[in-house]
Amino acid sequence: MSATIVSLPDQSTARIPKTNFLTKENGLLSWLLTGDHKRIAILYLISITFFFFVGGALAGLIRLELLTPQSDLMATDTYNKVFTMHGVVMIFLFLVPSVPATLGNFFIPMMIGAKDLALPKINLLSWYLYVAGGILVIYTMAAGGVDTGWTFTTPLSTHYINTNVMSTGMAVFIAGFSSIFTGLNFIVTLHKMRCPGMTWFRLPLFCWAHYAASILMVLGTPVLAIAIVLVALERTVGIGVFDPTKGGDPILFQHLFWFYSHPAVYIMILPGMGVISETISTFSRKRVFGYTAVAFSSVAIAVFGFFVWAHHMFIMGISNYAVLVFSLLTMLVAVPSAIKIFNWTFTLYKGSITFETPMLYSFGFMGLFTIGGLTGVFLGASGTDIHLTETYFIVAHFHFVMVGGMLMAFLAGIHFWWPKMTGRMYPEKISQMAAVVTFIGFNFTFFPQFILGMLGMPRRYAAYPPEFQVLNVFSTAGATILGVGYLLPVLYLTWSLKYGEIAGNNPWQATGLEWQTQSPPLTENFTRIPIMDHEAYDYEWLEAQQAKEVASVR
Amino acid sequence: MSDSPIAGPAHGHGALAEAGDPHHGEHPSYQRHHFETVDQQADATNFAMWLFLLTEVMFFGGLFTAYLIYRNWYYPAFVAASHQLDVRWGSLNTLVLILSSFTMAMGVWCSETRRRNGLMLCLTLTFILGMAFLGIKTIEYHEKWEKHHIPGLHYSLQSFLDPASDEAAAKYGDSPLPLDMARHTELYFFLYFAMTGMHALHMIIGIAILGFMIVRARAGAYTNGHVTFVENFGLYWHFVDIVWIYLFALLYLISRHQ
Repeated sequence: MSATIVSLPDQSTARIPKTNFLTKENGLLSWLLTGDHKRIAILYLISITFFFFVGGALAGLIRLELLTPQSDLMATDTYNKVFTMHGVVMIFLFLVPSVPATLGNFFIPMMIGAKDLALPKINLLSWYLYVAGGILVIYTMAAGGVDTGWTFTTPLSTHYINTNVMSTGMAVFIAGFSSIFTGLNFIVTLHKMRCPGMTWFRLPLFCWAHYAASILMVLGTPVLAIAIVLVALERTVGIGVFDPTKGGDPILFQHLFWFYSHPAVYIMILPGMGVISETISTFSRKRVFGYTAVAFSSVAIAVFGFFVWAHHMFIMGISNYAVLVFSLLTMLVAVPSAIKIFNWTFTLYKGSITFETPMLYSFGFMGLFTIGGLTGVFLGASGTDIHLTETYFIVAHFHFVMVGGMLMAFLAGIHFWWPKMTGRMYPEKISQMAAVVTFIGFNFTFFPQFILGMLGMPRRYAAYPPEFQVLNVFSTAGATILGVGYLLPVLYLTWSLKYGEIAGNNPWQATGLEWQTQSPPLTENFTRIPIMDHEAYDYEWLEAQQAKEVASVR
Repeated sequence: MSDSPIAGPAHGHGALAEAGDPHHGEHPSYQRHHFETVDQQADATNFAMWLFLLTEVMFFGGLFTAYLIYRNWYYPAFVAASHQLDVRWGSLNTLVLILSSFTMAMGVWCSETRRRNGLMLCLTLTFILGMAFLGIKTIEYHEKWEKHHIPGLHYSLQSFLDPASDEAAAKYGDSPLPLDMARHTELYFFLYFAMTGMHALHMIIGIAILGFMIVRARAGAYTNGHVTFVENFGLYWHFVDIVWIYLFALLYLISRHQ
C-alpha cells in the first residue's frame, strides 16, 4: 500500500455501475414520490444547501453592517430582522437536519445492513414537512421578516411586535415535526432493522451518535411545538399563559423553549461527532480508541443534555439555587464531550494518519469544537455567565461549536461519503485548499468576537462604540474568506458529478458495510442482506477480505 | 424484491410498491419490500407507534406543566373555576370514552381472529362513541359561551366576584374571591380550553381515521392477518382516552377531597 490510503480503480476501464439508485427510475415524479432513503437524502441535501446559502447571505449582510460603528447599511429594525432570519434559517432549516437528514438518512440503513429505513413513507413525509417549513420561512422574508430573534422571547413576541411572528412560528412548528419523524425513524430502524450479527456494539459510532440525537429530537421537539402553539394562541386570542398582566409568567415560556432548544444544540452537534468518529478511524487506520466509551458518551450527552436548559436563563430571574444546580449540571455535560475528544486523540496516536480532505475538516472540528466547548464551560459558571451573556462572547462560543464544529463535520462527512453517494471522487487538491481556507476564514471571523465579548460589546445591535471597530473589521474580513471557503465545495463538487474520477466501491479502504457495496449503491443497497461477522472498524478483517477476493479472482 | 436486486427501470419500488407484486411470491402481499419478515414489519411499526405516543406525551406535557404551576399559584381561583364545570357531564364523557376504548380493544381482537362483521361493528361503535364524546363536549363548551367564560374573547368575572348570583357556584357554597384572585380564573379557563381543545383535536383526527378504517374493513382489510394498522390505531385511541382521564381528574375534580 502506498503512503496514501486512497485506492481507486484503473480509470481507463472503470465504469459507474449501470444500475444504481440514481438511474433506477427517471423523471421528476420518481424523485418526488420516492421511498428510497438515499433519494430522500439527496432531496434533503439539495434543499438544505439552498437554505444554507440563504442563511449565509443573511450572515454576510450582518457582517457588512457591522463593518462600521454606525448603523448605515440598513435601518436598525431591518438589522433585527436580518439576524432573526439568519438564526431561524440556519438553526431550523440547516443545522438541525444537516447531517441526520442527509448523511444519516443515506448511510444508517447501509451501515446496519438494511434495505431502507423502517418507515420510508414517513421519511418522505418528513422531507415534505421540511419543504413546507422552508416555504413558510421564505414567505416570511418576502412579507417583511420577523424581528423577535430566533428565540421568540415573550412578551416581545406576543405583545410588542407586529411582524410575521405567526408564519415563522408555523414554519418552526412544521419543520419541528419533520425532525421528529426523522428521529423516530432512526430509532425504530436502529432497533429493528439491523442485519444478522449486527449487535449494538458492532454498530459504527455514527449510528450511536444518531441514536442519541434521535432521542433528543423525539423527546424535545414536541415541547417546542407546544410552546409555539401557546405563543400563537396568545397572539391570536389573547390568552395569558405567558402574560404577567393576566397572571401568566414569561419565564414559563423560557423553560419550555429552552427545554427543547438546549437539547437542540446536541441534536445539531451529535451527528457531527458521529461523522468525526468515522473519518478519524478511517484516516488513521485504527479502531476508534475506547469504542464503548465513545458510544456511551453520545447517550450520556443526550441524557445530561435534557437537564441543563436553565443555563440560558441565569439572568432571567430564576432562583439562585436553580442557578447553582444548573451550573453544576452544565459542567457535567462537558465530561462526555471531553471523553470523545480524548478518545479521538488517542485513536490518532500511532495511527497511520493521512491528510485527505475529510481528515483536514475533522482536525478543524476537533480544534474548534474544543475551543467552543471549553468556552461553554466558562459560560456555565454563573458568575462568568452574568458578565458575558448577551455579549459577542456568546455569539463566538456558539459559532465555534455550530459553525466550527458542526459545519466542519458536515463538510468532512460530505467529502468522506461523496464517492459513495455519487460514484465519483471530488478533486483532492482544491478541496484540501478549501478546507484550509475555511479554517483560516473561520478563525478570522469568530476569534475576534471572543475578545469583543470580553470587552463588553453586546450582541444584536446594529451600531457599536467606535473603539470596537478594528476587531469588527477583522471579523468581517474573515467572513469573506469563510464565504469563499464555503462556495468552493459547491463548485468543485458539482464539477465532480461529471468530471470526477471514478471512485470504485471503497476508495478509502474503510470498514463500514456501506463501503462493501457498489458506488453509487443499488436501490435496496445490497444484493443480499449482509451478515456482520466482525467488530466495527476491524481493518484486519478488511485486509483478509481483500486477500480472499484477490485469491478467488486468480 | 429481495430476490431481484437488478430490476428494470419501469419497475415500481419503495413507496410505490404495490401489494401483489409477483416478486413477493413467498411473502404475504401486505409485507413491505424492505422488511425481511412480517414479524419484523409488525414489530417495527408497533415500536414506531409507541415512540410517536411518547412525543405526544411530551407535547401534552408542556400544557400539564403550565397547568400544575398555575394551579399551585392560584389555587382558590382554580377551585372556583372548576366548580363551573358540570361533573355529571364530565363523568358521562369519561364513561363514554372508556366504553369506546373497550369497543376498540374488541375491534383489535376481532381483527386478530379474522371476524369481519365483528370488526365492523366494533369500529362503528367506537366511531359513534367518539362522536357522542364530542357532542357532549360541545354542550359543555356552549354552556361556557353562554356564561361568558371564554377567555380572551368575552370573559366575565361575575360568577367569581358574586357567587350567589351564579347557580353552579352557589351550589358549592363558594365565597366571593377578591378581584385579584378572581381574574386568574381566566387562566384556568384558558388551560381548560387549550387542553380539552387539543384533546378534542386528537379525537377528531381519530374519528376521521376510524371512518377510513370502517370503509377499508368493509372491503375485507385487517381481517386477512394484517392487523398492525388496527393495533396501532388502538394504541392511539387508548392514549387519547388516557389523556382524557387525566384531564377529567385535573380539571373537574380539583376540590373533591375536601
